[in-house]
Parts: sequence; C-alpha cells; structure tokens
Amino acid sequence: MAAHAFANPVFDAQRVFRAAMNALSRPGTLQTLDCDIAPPASLPAELAALALTLADHETPLWLDATLAGSREVTDYLRFHTGTPITANPREAHFALVSDPALCPSLHSFARGTPDYPDRSTTMFVHTSRISVGDGLILSGPGIRGTATMSIDPLPPAFAREWIANRALFPCGVDVLFTANGMVTGLPRTTMMEAR
Amino acid sequence: MYVAVKGGEAAIDNAHALLDHERRGDPSVPELSVAQIREQMTLLVDRVMTEGSLYDPDLAALALKQARGDLIEAVFLVRAFRTTLPRFGTSEPIDTDTMRAIRRVSAIYKDLPGGQVLGPTFDYTHRLIDFALAAEGEPERPAESQAASEVMPHVASLLDGERLIEREPAADPNIPVGDLTREPLDFPAGRDLRLQALARGDEGFVLALGYSTQRGFGRTHPFTGEIRIGDVEIEFVPEELGFAVPLGEMTLTECEMVTQFTGSAAQPPQFTRGYGLAFGRGERKAMAMALVDRALRAREFGEEVAAPAQDEEFVLSHCDNLQATGFVEHLKLPHYVDFQAELELVRRMRAEHEAGGQTDALEAAE
Amino acid sequence: MNEHAQATGYNFAYLDEQTKRMIRRAILKGIAIPGYQVPFASREMPMPYGWGTGGVQVTAAILGPDDVLKVIDQGSDDTTNAVSIRKFFARTAGVATTTKTVEATVIQTRHRVPETALRSDQVLVYQVPIPEPLRYLEPRETETRKLHALGEYGLMHVKLYEDIARHGHVATTYAYPVEVAGRYVMDPSPVPKFDNPKIDDCEALQLFGAGREKRIYAVPPHTKVRSLDFEDHPFRVQTFKDPCALCAAEGVYLDEVVLDDRGGRMFVCSDTDYCEERREAGHRGHLAGDDPLSPVGRGRVAEGDRVREEHKSDSASPSPRPSPHRGEGEEALP
Repeated sequence: MAAHAFANPVFDAQRVFRAAMNALSRPGTLQTLDCDIAPPASLPAELAALALTLADHETPLWLDATLAGSREVTDYLRFHTGTPITANPREAHFALVSDPALCPSLHSFARGTPDYPDRSTTMFVHTSRISVGDGLILSGPGIRGTATMSIDPLPPAFAREWIANRALFPCGVDVLFTANGMVTGLPRTTMMEAR
Repeated sequence: MYVAVKGGEAAIDNAHALLDHERRGDPSVPELSVAQIREQMTLLVDRVMTEGSLYDPDLAALALKQARGDLIEAVFLVRAFRTTLPRFGTSEPIDTDTMRAIRRVSAIYKDLPGGQVLGPTFDYTHRLIDFALAAEGEPERPAESQAASEVMPHVASLLDGERLIEREPAADPNIPVGDLTREPLDFPAGRDLRLQALARGDEGFVLALGYSTQRGFGRTHPFTGEIRIGDVEIEFVPEELGFAVPLGEMTLTECEMVTQFTGSAAQPPQFTRGYGLAFGRGERKAMAMALVDRALRAREFGEEVAAPAQDEEFVLSHCDNLQATGFVEHLKLPHYVDFQAELELVRRMRAEHEAGGQTDALEAAE
Repeated sequence: MNEHAQATGYNFAYLDEQTKRMIRRAILKGIAIPGYQVPFASREMPMPYGWGTGGVQVTAAILGPDDVLKVIDQGSDDTTNAVSIRKFFARTAGVATTTKTVEATVIQTRHRVPETALRSDQVLVYQVPIPEPLRYLEPRETETRKLHALGEYGLMHVKLYEDIARHGHVATTYAYPVEVAGRYVMDPSPVPKFDNPKIDDCEALQLFGAGREKRIYAVPPHTKVRSLDFEDHPFRVQTFKDPCALCAAEGVYLDEVVLDDRGGRMFVCSDTDYCEERREAGHRGHLAGDDPLSPVGRGRVAEGDRVREEHKSDSASPSPRPSPHRGEGEEALP
C-alpha cells in the first residue's frame, strides 16, 4: 500500500496531541495513539503520527541513522510536515529515534538555557515494549506518589543519563516513548530509578 | 426571596441588535456606501490599513462602516481577519527610489534632484471651517503637469556621498525578516521587529513619544531629511518561477529623519537615521515613527537609555492599540470575586485598625 | 478539509492547524517545565485582548469533537463573557457545552477554580491577564526573566514581608503567588487565594493562557503548588462566617450581593453550578424558596441544536463534594 498521512488531519492531529499531552502530564501511564496512517516501512507509525502532529517548517527535526538514511522517510516527512531535517541534534526541536540502540547520548541534544529552558529538544523514541508495572520507579509532577513502568529496551546508558538530565532542571530534554500503538511520557521533571 | 441576575445570553443578543440599529442611524438619511468611505474618508481608511497591518482599502472601509467610524474597532476587525489569511511568502523589498511620488519634501535642502513636490497637503491651509462643504458640490479641477519621470534619489544618499551619514547595512537575504505576529517578541528586539511594532503601533501613542524626544526626553536633534508619498510596485518571487512577478501597486508614505550623532571612540561624528513608513497617506505617523525609531537605536550608538522613547520594552509593549484597548476595557468585565476578596480585607484591616489603638493606627496609616 | 470547516468557513475551533501546532508545542513545554511561562506567538483573536484570548487559544488547541466544554467567569456560567466564549466554541467547533462541572471535559475559567473537585479526565484552562508574578515588582521582562532563570525570588518575599510588617498579615487576596514543584514562582491568575489550595496536587491538568502577554504555562496533575508564606505567618485562606444563603454550603467561596441601599446584603455561592446542584439535591439556605430550581433557575444554555441535552439529575443524588482545603490555616471573614 502506498504511504499515506492522516486521513483526517484536523481530528487525527488533535487526538494524537491529546495522547501526547496526557502522556507528558501523567508519566507512568500509557496513552493510545489512535490514528490511521501508513508511513514508509522503516518509520514506525507511532513516530510518524507524533511528527505529523507536532512538526512543521518552524521545527527542525533530527533523525536517527536508519531514518535519515531512508530517502522514502525523509521525503515523507518533508512532504507531509514541511519540516527542515537537521543533522545537528543541538538545533533539533524534535528527534525521531526508531530503535533505542541508535539513540545518541541525551547530552547531544538541545537542553534550553536558564533564560529559555523551553528551547530544548523533545525526543520521540520507539521501543519494543512499554507497560505499566515492574522495572522503573517514577516520581515527580504528574504522578501521585510513585508509578512503576517498564520500557524495554531503554537506550544505552539511559538510566544514568536521565539522572544527569534531571539535574539540569529547568533545562533538559523531554522524551516520549512509543511502542505498539501506545505512548508514555518522560518529562524532564520525572525522577527515575530501577527497581 | 432573592432573584439573581441571569440572562447573559439574551442580553448579548439584544445588545447586538441595538448596536446594528444605532450604526444605521436615522433611516431617512441615505446609507453610507463602502465606496464612499473608501473614496472620501481616505486618510481614515489609510490609518486603519496601517494599524491593521493589511493593505486593503475596501476591507478597511467596510470595517470602518461596521465599526461606526471607531478607528480602533475597525483596526480590530481588520487584524482579526488578517490572522486567518494564509501566508504564501514574502514580497521582494520595495524600492521607494522608483516611487511615483505625488508629494516629496525635504527640509534640509532648498532644492534637490527630483525637486520638491508639495502635493496634496493640509499644511498651508487655513484651518477655517468651510461651510460651503456642508452643501454638495464639485471642487475645482486641480492644475495638471507632466509627471516627473526622473528617479528621485533619497536625500540620505546625497549625504552618503560624503560619508556624512551612517551607511545602511546591506540587506542579507539569508537573514529572515522577523515577524512579531508569528513569533513571540523577546528583548532586546532587532530593528526589523521594532519597526514592525512601530508601523502597527497607535498613531497617537507613537506621535506622543516622538514629541517627547523633541522636548528633551531622549533628544536626537532631528531634521526631516525627506518625506515622500506615492505609489510603488510590489513584486513577488514564486518558488516555481524563480523570478519576480509584479503583484500590483500600493500607496506608501515614507519618512527619513536625519539626526545627529557626536561620534564615539570607534566612530567619527556623522549623521544617523530614523525611518518611518505607513500605508497610504500617513505623514504624521511616518514622521513620528522615524523619531521613535531613532530614539530606540540609543543602545546601538552607545547613548544612555533614560527616556521612555528610548526604552524598547516600554515602547514595544505599549504601542499596540488593540492590546491597550483590550486590557483597559477588560476592566468592564465582572471582577466581583476579586473585589469581594479585597472588600473583606479592607473591612478586616479597618476592624484591626480600630481595635489597635493610637500607635498602631499611626503605623497603618503610613 | 473537514465537515465543520465546510459548514462555517473557518477551521474546526477557529484556529488554523499551523497555529494549533505552535500552541500545542508550547503546552507540551509548559507541562514539562511546570510554572515556567513559555513564550508563544499569540494570534489576534476575534475577541479583545484581556477578554480571554489566551484561554481561548489554549482551549482551541486542545479541543476535540468529543469534548464537552464549560466556560465560567467569576464562577458563573451565565456571566456575559462566559456566554460569549461558550457561544464562540459552540459555533466554531460545534462541541457540546454544559454548565455542569461534572459533565465537562474541558473547563475554561476566569478568576475561579470550581468548588467540585476535578477529575483526571478533565482539563482546566485559565484565562490570565498578567502571567508574570514579579511584574508589579519589576516591570521589565528582561529583568524578570533573569530572576526566574536564577530562581531569585527574594523580591517577592520582601514584598510579602513588608505587608506583614505593615498590616500584620499578607495583604494579597487574589493572584496570590505560588511556588510550583519547588522551582518556579507562578501567578495562579486572579483567582481568590481561597482557590490556591485547589491548584495543589489537583487530579486535573491545569493550563494557563495569556494572549496579550503571549505566554502559556501549566501545572501538571499531582504537582506540589505551595502558596508563598513564612513560618511565623503561614498562608491562610478566607473563610465565611455564614453559609450560602441559597444552598447553605459551607467552606466555599461566596459572593456578596447587595440587596438594598440600607446595608442589606447576602452571601451566595460564587460557583453557580455547585450551588444549583446542591439545591437540586434538596439543600436550602435561609433565603432560598421552596422550588429547587427557583429563584435562580437552571443555568440551561441555549446555543442552538448543538447543545448537549443536560441530564436531569436524580434529586436524591448526593451533592458534589467540595475539594478539600489544604491551607495551613484560615482567616475568618464577616
């Protein structure tokens, strides 16, 4: 089947945005990404949905090696969002990571400045499995007490880098993890420890 | 038994109907047409276009009719319409050297290439009410002459020959021109954004600020280098063509103020510039804008920022009449929840004051 | 192009998709940095600045066709500006509207937090006039930005302490500054300080929009929101001596209604939906009549055929629970 974007851009984008908003405001929960799209094979539909919803010509986008190496993927994203694709993670508003193993160090992305901590990269990372319970203990804004969640696999050295990212607050990156039509959020405020 | 106030919805509908009724006025008087406003209230239409940031005389005239002649309300209508328009791109910079001017005056040279052209101006009219205008009648035909076909070089370029005036930096096509309607303004703002804010800014506010610089609050020793009013062509380069195509013409008023600069350790003394531009015929606005533009360049020239007109946060945050009128007029909205909180505080503090005796009373009164 | 756009000539919820994306990005940043004011390219809306353009833009950016919208001003659904904004969305988005807090999924508010505790499936959108809590102490954006960057809030503490030195207590009664998640000092918008405890550890996401000042900020659910105070002068909320004259509610914020020019006055719930729900459930204040819906009447809003049919609630149903107060103390009002 030919690659296609949102069938109904207005309402699909609204639903995907609400899922992302809920994910980021309630870490430790899973939100459904409900939309019908067919991106090129190497681009997971969850990542494509988030990019179509949030990226446009004002937001440079960074792609991991697999995605950046696919002409189909870059054409699809450029055509449907108008987003400039950047090779420099420091100037990326958004980053798409299709495989945690390909995720570079969090430090390579924009973390904002003390004056403008919002000038930071939001990362969308696709992984194999996300589920509530086991693994990670999360706490911070959006969580009543603590929440437990499993993200499998995490990018290499993520747990350690996340502690450093948390320490940069109010600067830092925010991450949305996706898998199996679901999304979960890890805003820079979330404290994470392995069980 | 108590009956609370209800029926906001019905009140709003009725108020709108009454507003329409009042706008029309006495139905025995013929209704104004949009064309009449556009052709006979031209300066008002021009001002709505300038402060509304949209060059469309018909729309501005219609907005004035709908707004019953209230200028800010008309600007509001135009601006709210403007935000919904798709952006196709940015035009090529206009070239005012090629303006077909109906008015062009310089106060710093007696005569200059291209000549002084007085044009239609109120300047030397005696401000006596012309009671003959109360009756209808056609004015006399003005005298005609051949349009000056020669290019009118800007006065500043004459001074530039001797390096007596600062050079304008050459336009860099790689640096996008800012747009404060599409990006949040942050400080310090570039001159592009300052000029945009001033061009959209309220004429009265910008006029008062310009005036304040003349009275010593941020003095710049200005001379009117030149004012020119006339038509210029707008060109646009569509991506698919790759060359400029004309989109049409617009009438503009441009003012360049020549102001003094004593020089610094790094720069020899020279004249500096302030720039003003308005849609249509907006001479007062363009002049005031040029004064304030120059005052806002204080930091660039190492001048002390002491006066309101030099303070970009003050000027840019307050020059927009829609923002100003919205926030001033929002005081009409109910505030009884907060007032209740204040009421109780004042009652309590008065009670404490009365209970507190003389010494406390004195302290509280300070 | 969606059906709605074809019908009205405007996009769903008025804003174009590019503008919505820009606002949505700002909302996500606001959630990630609680209490930090995210600059956004606020658009010129078809209603005046200062009349809720920030809240309207936030609402327009999050609203979907299945949402149920409630709009309040001063706690009431029937104040003219609330009616006007509700009509705007009924017309441009065709969404269902309601006056009942429990039915709404999105609540846009000016100056109040509803008395009924909010749920996790609800979003509260505040209209904000001056988002900068330090603005009246330091008018310059360039300065206040530095102070926030440094987390330097001494100026605010000095101001509050001067109040105490002069009056014996803090003299700020609304827009009372709060510290969010231990970092940013935030203006909760001009809600009476009575409402501050409801902002703390709230189940619902709270979004704040300031259109004229071009700022969006957020308080995620379950986030610590502390009203600034001092150990020896803990934060206190207002309490009222008498219950609501119509529904007999206690522990809620009351409006003072002047009954005559001889000093006669009564106190009634500022949250009109809360008051009506209680009267429907049979609660009676000393000035209420016998008819549960009279004298104030149901706040049924007629917005044409798109209005959601309001459920007639079972008169035996319990009245909504007021959200708990987490204030350290109370100060009595007459």
